[in-house]
Amino acid sequence: MSEARVAVRKTYKLFIGGKFPRSESGRSYIAQDANVALASRKDVRDAVVAARAAVKGWSGATAYNRGQILYRVAEMLEGRRDQFVGLGLSAGEVDEAIDRWVWYAGWSDKITQVYGGANPVAGPYFNLSAPEPTGVVGLAAPPSFLGLVSVIAPAIVTGNTAIVLAAKDAPLAAVTLAEVLATSDLPGGVVNILTGDPAETAPWLAAHMDVNAIDLTAVTDPALATSLEEAAAGNLKRVLRPPLTAPDWSADPGLTRMTAYLETKTVWHPKGI
Amino acid sequence: MALGSTRTLVRMTATTASDLSSVTSSDAALRAFLHGLPGVDQVGAEQRAAMLGTRSIKTTAKAWAIDLAIRMVDLTTLEGADTPGKVRALCAKARRPDPADPTCPPVAAICVYPAMVPVAVEALAGSGIHTASVATAFPSGQAPLEVKLADTRAAVAAGADEIDMVINRGAFLSGRYLEVFEEIAAVKQACGDAHLKVILETGELATYDNVRRASWIGMLAGGDFIKTSTGKVPVAATLPVTLVMLEAVRDFRDLTGRQVGVKPAGGIRTTKDAVKYLVLVNETAGDDWLDPDWFRFGASTLLNDLLMQRTKLTTGVYSGPDYFTLD
Amino acid sequence: MFEYAPAPESRAVVDIKASYGLFIDGAFSDPADGASFKTINPASEEVLSEVAEGGPADVDRAVAAARKAYDKVWSRMPGRDRAKYLYRIARIIQERGRELAVLESLDNGKPIRESRDVDIPLVAAHFFYYAGWADKLPYAGFGPAPRPLGVAAQVIPWNFPLLMLAWKIAPALAAGNTVVLKPAETTPLTALLFAEICQQADLPPGVVNIVTGAGDTGRALVEHAGVDKIAFTGSTEVGKAIARSAAGSRKKVTLELGGKAANVLFEDAPIDQAVEGIVNGIFFNQGHVCCAGSRLLVQESVYEPVLASLKRRMARLRVGDPLDKNTDIGAINSAAQLERIRTLSDIGGEEGAERWSPPCDLPDNGFWFAPTIFTGVTQAHRIAREEIFGPVLSVLTFRTPAEAVEKANNTPYGLSAGVWTEKGSRILWMADRLRAGVVWANTFNKFDPTSPFGGYKESGYGREGGRHGLEAYLDV
Repeated sequence: MSEARVAVRKTYKLFIGGKFPRSESGRSYIAQDANVALASRKDVRDAVVAARAAVKGWSGATAYNRGQILYRVAEMLEGRRDQFVGLGLSAGEVDEAIDRWVWYAGWSDKITQVYGGANPVAGPYFNLSAPEPTGVVGLAAPPSFLGLVSVIAPAIVTGNTAIVLAAKDAPLAAVTLAEVLATSDLPGGVVNILTGDPAETAPWLAAHMDVNAIDLTAVTDPALATSLEEAAAGNLKRVLRPPLTAPDWSADPGLTRMTAYLETKTVWHPKGI
Repeated sequence: MALGSTRTLVRMTATTASDLSSVTSSDAALRAFLHGLPGVDQVGAEQRAAMLGTRSIKTTAKAWAIDLAIRMVDLTTLEGADTPGKVRALCAKARRPDPADPTCPPVAAICVYPAMVPVAVEALAGSGIHTASVATAFPSGQAPLEVKLADTRAAVAAGADEIDMVINRGAFLSGRYLEVFEEIAAVKQACGDAHLKVILETGELATYDNVRRASWIGMLAGGDFIKTSTGKVPVAATLPVTLVMLEAVRDFRDLTGRQVGVKPAGGIRTTKDAVKYLVLVNETAGDDWLDPDWFRFGASTLLNDLLMQRTKLTTGVYSGPDYFTLD
Repeated sequence: MFEYAPAPESRAVVDIKASYGLFIDGAFSDPADGASFKTINPASEEVLSEVAEGGPADVDRAVAAARKAYDKVWSRMPGRDRAKYLYRIARIIQERGRELAVLESLDNGKPIRESRDVDIPLVAAHFFYYAGWADKLPYAGFGPAPRPLGVAAQVIPWNFPLLMLAWKIAPALAAGNTVVLKPAETTPLTALLFAEICQQADLPPGVVNIVTGAGDTGRALVEHAGVDKIAFTGSTEVGKAIARSAAGSRKKVTLELGGKAANVLFEDAPIDQAVEGIVNGIFFNQGHVCCAGSRLLVQESVYEPVLASLKRRMARLRVGDPLDKNTDIGAINSAAQLERIRTLSDIGGEEGAERWSPPCDLPDNGFWFAPTIFTGVTQAHRIAREEIFGPVLSVLTFRTPAEAVEKANNTPYGLSAGVWTEKGSRILWMADRLRAGVVWANTFNKFDPTSPFGGYKESGYGREGGRHGLEAYLDV
């Protein structure tokens, strides 16, 4: 009988611009029995820079390409299914999360048709409205893994890039998801994941003038949610407010989490010879 | 301003002032020049013309415009049934459009077929009214060049001092721009001292881009006027076509210093129509073109409506057709 | 010289009362504290009428009336019947179009040609369009049984007084909401005439309430706890304050705010129509247009001819009496706005841009500003960054399409943009990259009830017009 092997433990770091840096502050905290990076406002700043830099390529990629990459995320997640179960998640939740990636992957090349369209204006004009990504989206993520996937996937499938503030007490699945994303052909910077205390980092994200939208769904403290929404008004971010009742992540997601981060652009052109 | 925009328009059209003559040196050069002219957006041009059509011209402005419009009329008869008697009657009307009112000005010209030129010249002697003759196998132009030139020379020899020629639309539409140009230049030469009006027959040119290009060919070839229509095809003068032609003569003068006139013809029947054209001239080419030397109406029934409106302005009551001559 | 004689539209068609109360619960009534303000004709400074100034108590009353009408009548009424009321209103607006146009020009200062040919026809069209939605909401793409929000607080600007009212009220009512609307303090009269039209249409009391007043009245309205929805059109500054004040509430907010649109002209543009588009883009409605093409970006290779054409065209603009049918540019809406235009224009000169206006005689009374262009402007100039909201155009140049896009997008705003080129693929390439809610290619300042309108970035959020415009008034 051999001695028990000494395990190689993982250091749970941030995910910014496709890389896994420690917090620039050098801080970490204990969560889920592990040392986890405690992101600072400067990590928020770096993540916004990375997310902004990724907008052009990601929003400019074809919808087909984005759909394939999201589907690839599902494939990678399926392959690491046991790893997530090993983090204490139920197999059912992991399966639902995988299926959610697949569901959103399919929306990449359909949302434009469903949410846009031709407008029959009273004149000799071609007139078409089409949705476009708003840009950089800040997401305060819920603690549930299915919830995490359910806020990230709709934000990025349409071409936005995201900064995800992982729930303070449930960071491991988020960091592990980052490992999945990093191996799924998703360009660096499209999703950036910051672990730590959202109560500390979210105000910086909400007030950041180069962020276009913010999702407060998972902010359960009403006073914090209000102050974040007030800060978001500084550059008129699109805001998804916390719902009145806790969200049921297993329910049909509908379109609203995609349309919340879409702008409608309407193009006119004369018809003539 | 003329000098500045000359320099810049030249750049716009991918050539330079010194080689403007070279743009007609070959079919390729002329094509490159014409296709380098700024395009015309149909919807935008029509909206501009329609907007100008909403100008409200009342009282003193209307009176001024009516007298100017009368002075700009090329009183026209171009029928197979034309006779010397008919032409003489028309000439009498040209001299004194409103026999009851000596303050009413004469028209600019009489416009007839070549065979009727001698009659018109005699009837108009001493009046200062011009005699215009259509020529070049009007209205289709489907005759050999020699015939067209002979047609022109005959009209001039008979006393016409203005020649209204038709361009070769077939050559134009098939892209043989130089052929169109050379034909106009040859007719211009045949005209001698007579003024040449180049009829583009815009109703057959299909697009405003073509109207602009044809306008430039006519001007480059030496035309003194560019004219919309023969009146013999379904679509004659329209406001937007005239707008595009006015832009062309404006730009041509900026570029070359030479002023070319514009003549919408056909379909202009009411005072209201005529005033819209004058507004178009005023706000596109400007004041310099608001003169019978530079703008004409090719029309026949228009004159009586102008006279009725003129009478309304002076008497305050609406007139009726019975009070004006039918010639 | 072809001098156009004055051709004034008759004022006799409109009957302006000496004073107006607040329109609450289907009737006009005096404000609780009796306060009022004067509205003047900006073209003459003549007082047109004395209008009630709503205070907090009046806002309370109006919101309560709207709530009652929502609960008891409007939210319960079948869509087909709501539709019929809206169709009625559309028809009455068409019938009384001349009256509305004259009143709009009197109170706002805009040329009668625009109020007659643009504003009022679009108002009627907007009601006609949304009327048809009232009984078709399940087909709008927001679920099988979309619900209205409740009471909508709506605050509108003075640049298109009745048209902005239509953009707000028509979709709100079609979706089943009731409204309290505050018109701008300098242009309340057509909204008050609209209140009479609601009476004429026998619209149930409380469905539409019009509370006149200034900023304080508007603030009381949007901050009122009893409203479920805020729709605001106006400045970005006020829009941000509203967004802040609504934080933490359940009020759904849509904002249509400022802009600093780039109008990009390439060397292969249809130049004559492009010049018309530039003129229409910045001088339409005295430049009091949030989506005005206030930054002209011209490709360097055609800068000189375009500038020459533009100046020649500007010299033809007819500035003067708004009621004259031949007027192209009317009066600046208020003394305060005139002051702002003057201040920013002076700064443009001080910052080194070259200023030009055609010679034009401005009337002695009233508020007037000659159409003006600044050349030699760079992105760093304040006149290239700040919304002037007047007939002032900044002209900049660019060399390549990529530079044009970069400059066009280099602003916190994103409401509209223009592109002029005859190359189709370039239009679509540009349209993809311009960060603006409306892109006009080879045209400018076109509006239609079926066409969504609204901004990116600090130009606000939400769309007005079209199917998209319903989303702002439905619980989705």
